[in-house]
Amino acid sequence: MKREARLAVLCLVVLLAACDGRDDAGEGFAGLGADASAFAQVTPDRSLSFPADHQAHPQFRIEWWYVTANLKDEQGRDWGIQWTLFRQALQPQGVEQATAGWNSAQVWLGHVALTGRDQHLYADRLARGGVGQAGVTGAPFQAWIDHWALSAPERDNASDAQRLAELRVRAATDEFAYDLSLRSNGPLVLHGEAGMSRKSTGDQASYYYSQPFYRVQGEIKVQGKRLKVSGQAWLDREWSSQPLAADQRGWDWFSLHLASGAKLMLFRLRSDSNQAFTSGSWIAADGVTRSIAPAAISLRELEHERVAGRKLPVVWHLQVAERDVEVEIRALNPQAWMGTSIPYWEGPVEVTGSQEGIGYLEMTGY
Amino acid sequence: MIRRVGWVLLALISHWRRHPLQLGCLVLGLWLATALWTGVQALNQQARDSYDRAAQLFEGQAGKVLVSPDGQSFDQAAYVTLRRLGWPVSPLLQGSLEVRSAVSGPEIIETIQLVGIDPLTLPADSALNRGMGTQDMAGFISAPGQAWMAQDTLQRFGAAEQARLVSTAGVALPPVRIRDELPPGLVVVDIGRAQQLLGQPGRVSQLLVDRQFAESQPALPEAVSLRWEQREEADLQRLTESFHLNLTALALLAFLVGLFIVQAAAGLAMQQRRRQIQTLRACGASALELTLALLLELFGLALVSGLLGLVSGYLLAAALIGDLSASLRGLYGAQVSTHMDAGWGWWLSGLAMSLAGMLIATGAHTVSALRQSLVPSRHPPGWIKAQRRTLWSLSVASLLLLLGAAVLWVAADGLLAGFALLACLLLAVTLALPLLLVALLGIGRRFARGPLSQWFWADGRQQLSRLSLALMALLLALAANIGVGGMTEGFRRTFTGWLDQRLAADVYIRPAGENQAEDILRWLRQQPEVTDLLPSWQVDSKLAGWPIEVSGVIDHPLYPDTWPLLDAYPQAWQLVHQGDGVLVSEQLANRANLQLGDTLGLESPHGTWTLRLVGIYPDYGNPRGQILVAADKFRSHWPQVPVGSIGVLSDGDPTALAEAIESRFTSARVADQSSLKAYSSRVFEQTFAATAALNSLTLGVAALALLSTLLGLADTRLLQLAPLWAMGLRPGQLGLLSLAQLAVVAVLTCTLAIPLGLVLSWLLVAVVNVQAFGWRLPWHWFPYQWMQLGGLAMAAVLLAACLPMARIARARPDSLLRQFAHEA
Repeated sequence: MKREARLAVLCLVVLLAACDGRDDAGEGFAGLGADASAFAQVTPDRSLSFPADHQAHPQFRIEWWYVTANLKDEQGRDWGIQWTLFRQALQPQGVEQATAGWNSAQVWLGHVALTGRDQHLYADRLARGGVGQAGVTGAPFQAWIDHWALSAPERDNASDAQRLAELRVRAATDEFAYDLSLRSNGPLVLHGEAGMSRKSTGDQASYYYSQPFYRVQGEIKVQGKRLKVSGQAWLDREWSSQPLAADQRGWDWFSLHLASGAKLMLFRLRSDSNQAFTSGSWIAADGVTRSIAPAAISLRELEHERVAGRKLPVVWHLQVAERDVEVEIRALNPQAWMGTSIPYWEGPVEVTGSQEGIGYLEMTGY
Repeated sequence: MIRRVGWVLLALISHWRRHPLQLGCLVLGLWLATALWTGVQALNQQARDSYDRAAQLFEGQAGKVLVSPDGQSFDQAAYVTLRRLGWPVSPLLQGSLEVRSAVSGPEIIETIQLVGIDPLTLPADSALNRGMGTQDMAGFISAPGQAWMAQDTLQRFGAAEQARLVSTAGVALPPVRIRDELPPGLVVVDIGRAQQLLGQPGRVSQLLVDRQFAESQPALPEAVSLRWEQREEADLQRLTESFHLNLTALALLAFLVGLFIVQAAAGLAMQQRRRQIQTLRACGASALELTLALLLELFGLALVSGLLGLVSGYLLAAALIGDLSASLRGLYGAQVSTHMDAGWGWWLSGLAMSLAGMLIATGAHTVSALRQSLVPSRHPPGWIKAQRRTLWSLSVASLLLLLGAAVLWVAADGLLAGFALLACLLLAVTLALPLLLVALLGIGRRFARGPLSQWFWADGRQQLSRLSLALMALLLALAANIGVGGMTEGFRRTFTGWLDQRLAADVYIRPAGENQAEDILRWLRQQPEVTDLLPSWQVDSKLAGWPIEVSGVIDHPLYPDTWPLLDAYPQAWQLVHQGDGVLVSEQLANRANLQLGDTLGLESPHGTWTLRLVGIYPDYGNPRGQILVAADKFRSHWPQVPVGSIGVLSDGDPTALAEAIESRFTSARVADQSSLKAYSSRVFEQTFAATAALNSLTLGVAALALLSTLLGLADTRLLQLAPLWAMGLRPGQLGLLSLAQLAVVAVLTCTLAIPLGLVLSWLLVAVVNVQAFGWRLPWHWFPYQWMQLGGLAMAAVLLAACLPMARIARARPDSLLRQFAHEA
């Protein structure tokens, strides 16, 4: 999924404005299109290395760790959870500075949500970097803000640590809580050109990789009741200094688990002035990943619904010519609105048609 | 009709052209009254505005915070631990910092209260967050950051927004941003910068807690050794309420005295205009037109004097705000901005007050002038009859007020009732003054021998009709001065004596934290000149529902020998150290209505501790309740609380010892006995400086009232004096006789003022003070002070009499002769 968006969102908030003192107008969704020349730039010649790149990259402006899971409880009801940690740098900083107490210019933002067919609960948290309230560490890998945490086991073997094979994800709010164990047998997946994912026909790009093969076991708590759940999860990791062009207003992002075991990631960035920019990855069940040619993707809005005072597409028609995919994607709960400081839509979807499946959809900028 | 009203008005105003002095007195009276009233209102408003800003600062926190057991700063790790357990807490570091302006010009050094916050975790309903956009937040956090302060704080440094102030240690503060909702003297910066500026890296002084969460007061995890505490700002309004009520009462008194001047001048003017009004009516002006014209005139005068009064009131407040702010800081720890800022509400209400005052003071005269018959009476009612009527109605009013005072005395309670009682009594006696003077002059007349002496007393009585208002003002002002002066002086003596006893140790130390307390004690024990050490332990708790400070003291003969007690069982100290005895401060005993022998439940971490009240001690100047318990028992209930203060007994030079401790343990607060006393006395003086200033002004206003009356009298006196002149007395003798008459009534008034002042001071000490501050003072007599005040009043009277009496003494034969022309 598309997490970038969202994250961006939040953080952005803060950030952008501060960085270059310019107005938000004309800087893409949530300021993600703002000029960021003082920060490190995404270049095609850098190859990603793990587990090091699971950690924060404070020399880049924004970054996120994004987990979504499609779950079923013992009564067969569908649930979706979201766990997101965003990092935003107010100023370019080295790793050392970024962890040096209150002088750190890193701002962390956490979003968590639990979505059922007829309810959608969410919460957010803000924290400063540098003092230990939020951050990401390696060996073992841990990402947290307050008591919301994504963590690898204490003793992780090197190969597991390299591909984040085992994680525990936890969050609790006044209204809901979850505690899930994630286990993946698949490899990490690099999107775009070996992990560099272009976001426009210009220079905008991000580093983007995923771990889409998690099987999930765990427990959710909602309305005071504990429910055992199981299902599939997807981790997205992305960082950049300027992922959007100034004229890009928002995006629609899909991460789908297909019944065949294959996974599909695709996004469409909507522009004020140009054609939408579309991109995607086809991930075979064994992890082999191919970029999908933009021309092969056909995405149409089928049904709309009023959500939080806006009109949003909640049923989509998707065709990927070269993969023989023609499906309808329908929101499990059309009202999965994240009314956080930067608002967006994020929720589980069901896939029917030439392929069955489940997944997550994110829509921003509406 | 409007034109006719205009003509009538012009005709009426011509009176003032002929009597500019009368006009002057009228305007001056209202001017002074408005100035004193609005000045004090501006002071009160200023203070309240400052409290409001302080109270709103962390409004969302419902006053609940987490602090370390010893109240010192603690490692921010506790903050991170709690956050990672899901607690909605936000760190705060607070401290005072000496800051100088970096701008050119004279260097200004001021101590500010520095508050470091983390805007990201600050509860959403905090006043600091309000109106803070994301840009502001980023600008606040990232270098160079921002230093938020109110305009009045910034003005102390003579700097402008974006300026960079520098701490005296040489560290620059972030550029200034103006946030007027902040309390005066407070500067908010990012917590990281506060740690740097205050030299406390990695430390925080308290954790703010989300209101809803705090209400449930969940148990703290074991790893975190913090405790819950109530933030103090919320109490300022309540604590200082009585202080401001005191000021308001004083201002009302000054306003009243000012109105006496207006009344005297207006009465005279109306008297002289009766003929004019009759003429105007005879010329065809209707009653309505006359009324309108008179109202317009009054309104115009009230507007002019009111505006003059408002400007002067503003200046007066600006002159007094420094003392007021210093005494509020000393007494209650309240920060009040010294930069005056009066809103339009203040100007409007001041003008309304001035207009109302004018109507009250002149209304009766105006109505009676309008109601007089059209044709001049050939037989004006005899003055004796008129005087009797006046005396009769004054006596009735006085009796009613006395009755009111009696009812208040028996039935009512509280500070407001105390002031009402005071006002009733003062006014009752004041209104009875003419009757008392008439009676006294009657006695004088009975003893008079010879015609001149008989005339002296009888004529004196006649003059009372005109003089009595000014004399009432004098009585009121003098009695208030004697009363308030006696209370202040009594307080000063009690306070000084109490300080001498209470501050028995030579040096006092407040260590910063547990380790330092141990270090200081160890070091002191090695000093040869130190003869004894008195450590004590302090913690905040609640007793009978009241927030209090609990102090644990050791068993040492110095306490029974020197600690003043108001009321106690014999061997009270022994009961404290051997039984479960507790000593309670007077304020607390009064507020919570506690008596010797009462059993009290004190909240402690180990549940409720049951104690028996064995003594009550005075604790002047401390707005909070305090109790004393035995140190060993204190430590078993609060084992974590370290030594809070140390008293040192020494053979050597206390100042040198204090300096030695200070240079060795820099973060400790050290004071030797004499500088502590000097500081306390200064706070005391400042507290009463505003009172004293208002009081002297009131006396000055009363003297002016007398002057304005006498000036009017001098003109009409010749009519009564001319026959004496015709019988052979020289004008100089007449002047002296008049002066003597005035001196007699003035002396009588002053003599009456003394018992009234004493009653007033007793009421202040026994009723108002107890309600206002929570302590009762012994009631003292100060005959020397009365004589001084009486002498001052007499001097003021004679000074006021000089000019009018000189006019009489210098009256030329033709003007005296002319008096007989009217007799035809």
